[in-house]
Amino acid sequence: MPEQRTTLSTGPGRLLVALYGLFALAATGRSAVQLGMEPGRAPLAYTLSLVAAVLYLVATVCLLLGGRRARVVALVAVSIELVGVLGIGTLTYLEPQLFPDKTVWSHFGQGYGFLPLVLPFLGLAWLRSRR
Amino acid sequence: MTTWIVAPVLALSLAAAVWTVVMIVRAQHPPSDAYFVLLGALLVLLVVQMVVGFVALGATDRPVEGVTFVAYLLTTVAVVPVGAALALVERSRWGTAVLLVAVLTVAACELRLEALWDVAAVAGA
Repeated sequence: MPEQRTTLSTGPGRLLVALYGLFALAATGRSAVQLGMEPGRAPLAYTLSLVAAVLYLVATVCLLLGGRRARVVALVAVSIELVGVLGIGTLTYLEPQLFPDKTVWSHFGQGYGFLPLVLPFLGLAWLRSRR
Repeated sequence: MTTWIVAPVLALSLAAAVWTVVMIVRAQHPPSDAYFVLLGALLVLLVVQMVVGFVALGATDRPVEGVTFVAYLLTTVAVVPVGAALALVERSRWGTAVLLVAVLTVAACELRLEALWDVAAVAGA
């Protein structure tokens, strides 16, 4: 009998794979352009863009892989993502001078239709339901 | 890059978005053949736009952010077939919802492309 794997990429998971994949692409692209063009202009913002890109990539891959371990890794990545978007979102309003250039999480993801704010909640809800 | 290609792409992607919402509400999945014809027309326009965009970028004196501009052009072309493939594999509401994400991504990319081009016009003037 093959082991029953926790599938994370069917049903609602398919939509999440699409969204996380899209943001992995957007954040990776953004950080690559920012770091490639003028890395010294806004080091904090650019580092955070890179962190966001890695988290989205990890979440996407884990959703596609499925299984118990991938689910736990995805939970960690999405939790950090939630803290990140809430923290950076708040900071960009309180201390805008820290961010001379934007990240995906600036102003709670305003530049991306606030999807970066909604996404971790959807991700956590889905991962919890697949226990 | 001019409005004559961005406007029809934007119109078609928004029409597809409305149609997709209707299908999700009516629980109609997988999407109808007519819908895929619309997606095909959108894809043809996007390929034309990509070629026009490459040529325009090569010919212009405007300080357009070339890498970002090309990335958006490529994304618009890639996102429709990927969305369609996912929707056909996942024959449920969620699969159709992926198509909504895809066509709205195209619309968002169009706005970004137009903005990149216009900002460069102001900066170059």
